[in-house]
Amino acid sequence: MINYLQYWLKITIYICSGGKKYFTWIGFLLLLISAGVFAYYQQFKYGLLLTNMTDEVSWGVYIANFTFLVGVAAAAVLLVVPTYVYGREDVKEVVIFGELMAVSAIIMCMLFVMVDLGHPDRFMHLIPKIGRLNFPSSILAWDIIVLNVYLFINVHVSSYLLYKKYLGEAPSSFYYKPLVFLSIGWAISIHTVTAFLYSGLGGRPYWNSAILASRFLVSAFASGPALMAIVFVIINKISHSNIKPSVIDLLRKILQFTLPLNLFLLFCEVFKEFYTNSVHTMSISYLFFGINGYGMLQPFIWTAIILSSIASLIFLSPFSKRKIVLIIASVMTVLSVWIEKGMGLIIPGFIPTPLGDLVEYTPSIIESVVSMGIWALGTLLFTLMIKAAIGIETGAISKIKK
Amino acid sequence: MNYNKNKNIQKTMNLILDKTTTRRQTLKGFAALSIGMTSIIVGNSPIVKSGFMDNFFNKHYKEMTNDYKKKLFKKLIKNTYTEYGVNISISDPQPIKGVRFAYCLNLSKCNGSRRCVTACVKENNQSRNPAIQYIKVLEMNMGSINLEAGDMYYEGKSVPNKNKFYLPVQCHHCYNAPCVTVCPVEATWVQEDGICVIDYEWCIGCRYCMAACPYGARRFNFKRPSIPRSKINPNQGFLSNIIRSAGVVEKCHFCLHRTRNGEYPACLEACPTGARKFGNLNDPDSEVSYIISKKRVFVLKEELNTIPSFFYYFD
Repeated sequence: MINYLQYWLKITIYICSGGKKYFTWIGFLLLLISAGVFAYYQQFKYGLLLTNMTDEVSWGVYIANFTFLVGVAAAAVLLVVPTYVYGREDVKEVVIFGELMAVSAIIMCMLFVMVDLGHPDRFMHLIPKIGRLNFPSSILAWDIIVLNVYLFINVHVSSYLLYKKYLGEAPSSFYYKPLVFLSIGWAISIHTVTAFLYSGLGGRPYWNSAILASRFLVSAFASGPALMAIVFVIINKISHSNIKPSVIDLLRKILQFTLPLNLFLLFCEVFKEFYTNSVHTMSISYLFFGINGYGMLQPFIWTAIILSSIASLIFLSPFSKRKIVLIIASVMTVLSVWIEKGMGLIIPGFIPTPLGDLVEYTPSIIESVVSMGIWALGTLLFTLMIKAAIGIETGAISKIKK
Repeated sequence: MNYNKNKNIQKTMNLILDKTTTRRQTLKGFAALSIGMTSIIVGNSPIVKSGFMDNFFNKHYKEMTNDYKKKLFKKLIKNTYTEYGVNISISDPQPIKGVRFAYCLNLSKCNGSRRCVTACVKENNQSRNPAIQYIKVLEMNMGSINLEAGDMYYEGKSVPNKNKFYLPVQCHHCYNAPCVTVCPVEATWVQEDGICVIDYEWCIGCRYCMAACPYGARRFNFKRPSIPRSKINPNQGFLSNIIRSAGVVEKCHFCLHRTRNGEYPACLEACPTGARKFGNLNDPDSEVSYIISKKRVFVLKEELNTIPSFFYYFD
């Protein structure tokens, strides 16, 4: 027990120490978080009226971010599989970073759902026994369960391994290996369930597509590694940690086929909609070309497609072996997937409404600031966790005094 | 585009007008939030089981005892009095055994006057600002029944406009209701007489039901409803027209506080053409039974297999 308290104390001291740049970064994030909290306070006070959501477009940028981040969380599996299934030692050194990224992504997901609720004070209605979780009927209930379990698995595995490392003991497989293998399937499940949230709705033809879950997974396996590549390069640059180039190369190779595959799946969807040319093509026509002078989403989707295409070409070319090129392409990937899932999938699902009404949507200032605040909070969490993890991995935080 | 802009202006106006009352609500909200936090800690402790916390924890409608309902209604009546200064009564009419309600709408007769819309708003205490309406009337081109080509913002000195017909849409009270399936907290369900209800005191406002509804029947209270004091209907039913709080979903409930007491829905009584028919499907002599067996009847989006209790027909 005392050991454990000491461990946390040492972590706390370690994450509270750092250079000027570190504190500037933390301060910057705290500033964004306070702006987010202030904006959310306004929204809580006056109601969701402060968002640009309407009866017609009833989900907006909150749910779009939620969907994107579930993908980021699921992408941790791309480090877990090489480590534990294929026994790659170089990846093993960073697998914990992937898991911690998943932890912060899931926490952001939950916050995004919370800020979207009209009655956040009634969230306990979602807790079984206290409330009435509509399981197994509601896919949202499934989502709550799979996300919480995934959070638990990742928190457990990463904190167990780190604590053992701190003690200088070898971890016992019994306590984490079974959960690691469970997490592989579970990662797939979280994004599948999130896709089923949308694809299960017969009243929304744009979402009601069988390939939605596979599209979600493939796009997650593009945006996730891209985000990891960016983060790993930064970590290498600013910390004592030494992530091997072979790891970044693995991420590059994954991106070489997931990103073009994602474009291909989008193309399949586009073909099916436009070639069939049924009355239900209205959403996708609106998205790509606009209808009757309404076409707010056109710039978004075309940007996403262009970014994605260029990034695919870069990843497929040998230039992507250069770090700077890889980073640029990764940033393009993250942006394009974020746009494609949010403005390209969630929003046009509501346009037109089931009764043919066309109401457009772009996030309000309050929504943007709240979203930014949640992203900042997740980034802060990730920064602190990564700092502690690197401290433990490099032996700066350790039970044994040097 | 313009429509959206107007909404935004409306939103800001509402904020300026409504500051004082919402502040009180915020405090309440925070209190509830902190209680929620502690709830997880106390969880299943004896305090909860003794019923001490009942004032803080709303129960789901299906778990309410009669005593609990009495207390809750008293509280709601008191709240309405303090907030709106109006004395109301709250009843909780139960489904009548053997009754299965259905609505039939004669498209040959409907002239698009939207009297039903106005009557519904009056009866059911919907927010006037921002305006919430349960019924949407689509103006359709003769020769097509494509909903996506309908126009719900039609204007004109007199209706019906030339070469148009009118298709009012409200909650279809589906037997296979997608909104009920997706609700994560069972806040909405279909009762034995076929009416799809919402427990407004239980809804968490996630709006998944709105995404699921193929008929666009559900409305969300983006803010606390504002209704002029004189316009409040004091005859209220718990699952129908009590004044909603901010952040919950609402929709047509076939005026269950009227229909379960032998009256017609407000929209039917207001209809100037007699296009609306309402009754018991289980009664072979009812008007709706006659229409369904004798007329050319159809339902909207039949391919989705929602099995609505709302039928359209032609003469």
